[in-house]
Amino acid sequence: MTPEALLGGFSDAPTQSSFAFRAALEILSRPGEIRALTGATPPAPLSIAAGALLLTLCDGTTPVHLAGAHDCAVLRDWITFHCGAPLVSAEQATFAVGTWHELHPVTRFAIGQPDYPDRSATLIVEMADLQQSDARLIGPGIAGFTLLSLPELAAFQANRALFPLGFDCFFTSGTRAAGLPRSTFVEAC
Amino acid sequence: MTEHSYNFAYLDEQTKRMIRRAILKGVAVPGYQVPFASREMPMPYGWGTGGVQVTAACLTPDDTLKVIDQGADDTTNAVSIRKFFQRTAGVAVTEATTEASIIQTRHRIPETALSAGQILVYQVPIPEPLRFLEPRETETRKMHELEEYGLMHVKLYEDIARHGTIATAYAYPVKVEGRYVMDPSPIPKFDNPKLSNSPALQLFGAGREQRIYAVPPFTTVVSLDFDDHPFQPTKAPHDCDLCGASESYLDEVITDDQGGRMFVCSDTDFCQTRRASGHIGALGVPVSEGDAA
Repeated sequence: MTPEALLGGFSDAPTQSSFAFRAALEILSRPGEIRALTGATPPAPLSIAAGALLLTLCDGTTPVHLAGAHDCAVLRDWITFHCGAPLVSAEQATFAVGTWHELHPVTRFAIGQPDYPDRSATLIVEMADLQQSDARLIGPGIAGFTLLSLPELAAFQANRALFPLGFDCFFTSGTRAAGLPRSTFVEAC
Repeated sequence: MTEHSYNFAYLDEQTKRMIRRAILKGVAVPGYQVPFASREMPMPYGWGTGGVQVTAACLTPDDTLKVIDQGADDTTNAVSIRKFFQRTAGVAVTEATTEASIIQTRHRIPETALSAGQILVYQVPIPEPLRFLEPRETETRKMHELEEYGLMHVKLYEDIARHGTIATAYAYPVKVEGRYVMDPSPIPKFDNPKLSNSPALQLFGAGREQRIYAVPPFTTVVSLDFDDHPFQPTKAPHDCDLCGASESYLDEVITDDQGGRMFVCSDTDFCQTRRASGHIGALGVPVSEGDAA
């Protein structure tokens, strides 16, 4: 195990995870909002926001998939040590972390079952930048419409067409994060 | 044992993670009941164990908590849950709807309009709206899967056939975002219009039945009805006898054994705020005088 893997967790888990969860709840229930998600200092290439999400939501009962460059020894050790989550292939994952390019094809991920749509994957998409621009979001949680810089449109439109099935996304960049539940309609603007 | 021996907000971190994951999936699929591994809480089922677990998973040390039971801040259930979180989470508490960041409620939505950033947590006894029509979980799950809600309309139709009107007065079924039929918990149907397009996030927790569901902000929630029998929110045809409000939901209070009665706001904070600003109902007295008595 690499020594860096032992560092960078929450120093006060009950408090820090409560703030991180509230931010995650806010951004998923109000798509287009961007909030700070802090408390974790994970090793590269994982962002601070993505690290905080993993520490807040993952444990031994949630298989995690590391995509592309995120599937490195130090991150595998960090997640194993801090979350205890099993590391699995994309098809078996309840959480997946990577850049949008690395996560492709996203049709690999669990979309839930017609009688249990909650049994679906949550994707944590690492982004170079997050802006309230480019794509127009409409749906539950949104008064009128909001804007968010999504990596593409077609995959999210196809995901919305599966509703109530589909995967849910968090977008992370540094300490900032945004959410996109499967219920949101996305279109170019 | 002191209260500081508890983890923040009572539950252990593993339990909170499990509840938090269920809440997020509930938000992603509005109106769908997400199963969760409900824990035993230090209060009986029926006292809001589901709501308490959802509140515990959402609380941060910066929150201000309000707890109401049928609209009242000062009844046993509300007081005991408020004290529970004061002791185990050390959060600030309030009775003012506008000052609260999380409001846990049993069977009412506050009269004062909620704002963005607030979370309303409902205590739910029976989360499945179809349960009294179809007792088998396997069947109701299939009905939700296939969007097969004809049985609910038959129930409402039988109400009309028998009573001439839809007699369901509370826990009135709603459809969320045109997909899932949902039990809004036993709120009076007077409150149903407030479910729709609320700026606040609404979370529902059923402890004994082990279900969590959610209505995100600005989500369309429609009360089921028929073209020729449209949904009508109802209340007692009176004004509040303490504050004179004509638009609030009222409780009927029996005052003696001679048939005496009065109607008062069920939302105590709303009534108190109105009285403090000088509104007086038919049987009311000015606030300063009333406090001295």
